[in-house]
Amino acid sequence: MRTRPLSPHLSVYRMSRYTMVTSIFNRFTGLGLSIGLLLLIWWLMAAASGARAYEHAQRVLALGIFKVLYAALIVAFCYHLVAGIRHLVWDTGHGLERSQSQRSAWIVVLVSILLIAGLGYWLLAGRGHAP
Amino acid sequence: MSSLRSPLGRVAGLGAARGGVHHWWLQRLTSIALVPLTVWFVVSLLSLPSLDHATVTGWMAQGWTAVLLIVLVLVACWHSQLGVRVVVEDYVHAPGTKTLTLVLVTFAHALLALAGAFAVLKVAFGAAR
Repeated sequence: MRTRPLSPHLSVYRMSRYTMVTSIFNRFTGLGLSIGLLLLIWWLMAAASGARAYEHAQRVLALGIFKVLYAALIVAFCYHLVAGIRHLVWDTGHGLERSQSQRSAWIVVLVSILLIAGLGYWLLAGRGHAP
Repeated sequence: MSSLRSPLGRVAGLGAARGGVHHWWLQRLTSIALVPLTVWFVVSLLSLPSLDHATVTGWMAQGWTAVLLIVLVLVACWHSQLGVRVVVEDYVHAPGTKTLTLVLVTFAHALLALAGAFAVLKVAFGAAR
């Protein structure tokens, strides 16, 4: 059988367009959050396995590499939340015009940066405990 | 010509099975539920005075916290499964590898969902010391 083009045709999109970048970043952050979900379930299982198992898990989760992961997860969570709400608005049939979606792309980026900054501030300045 | 379907298409029996919006609709339902659930979870977790075992299990064992945590785990796993499935369908093209990956993704999410719900219930019923 002849090889036919498959969707999505990544090569035909103009990646410099921010509407395209906001779309692919939503998928990318979603995948990242799936890894975060894995971590959450592992943490819950550790808590359910008793105090000693939990303390061991906490020592592992306090490693430097996990701190990088938490920062990435905070970025992914904030972005995926805001971009997801944009998708839900689209599903009502609103904001689908090109100019509107270009504007909402910027709003998504701005609001998620504000959320990331707020959450980061709360974590670093407000409370001393890192997971 | 009585039908617009090709002979090959008719033999293969491909076509709409009236399930076109099922995946889309579930993705939307789980999204809507996850907006308040995830915000609640992040705010609650960051509001805990510490993250030691006694504090965390004490929080998890509270009635509504336990229920909401179980709902969060189940809905998040469902949403994640739907999302990862689409990514696999879009980017894994070899038929055998695609099916195998989809099977593994589904199994992994089912396992995660059950493990999360089990962990919360175990703590809630006071069996995690």
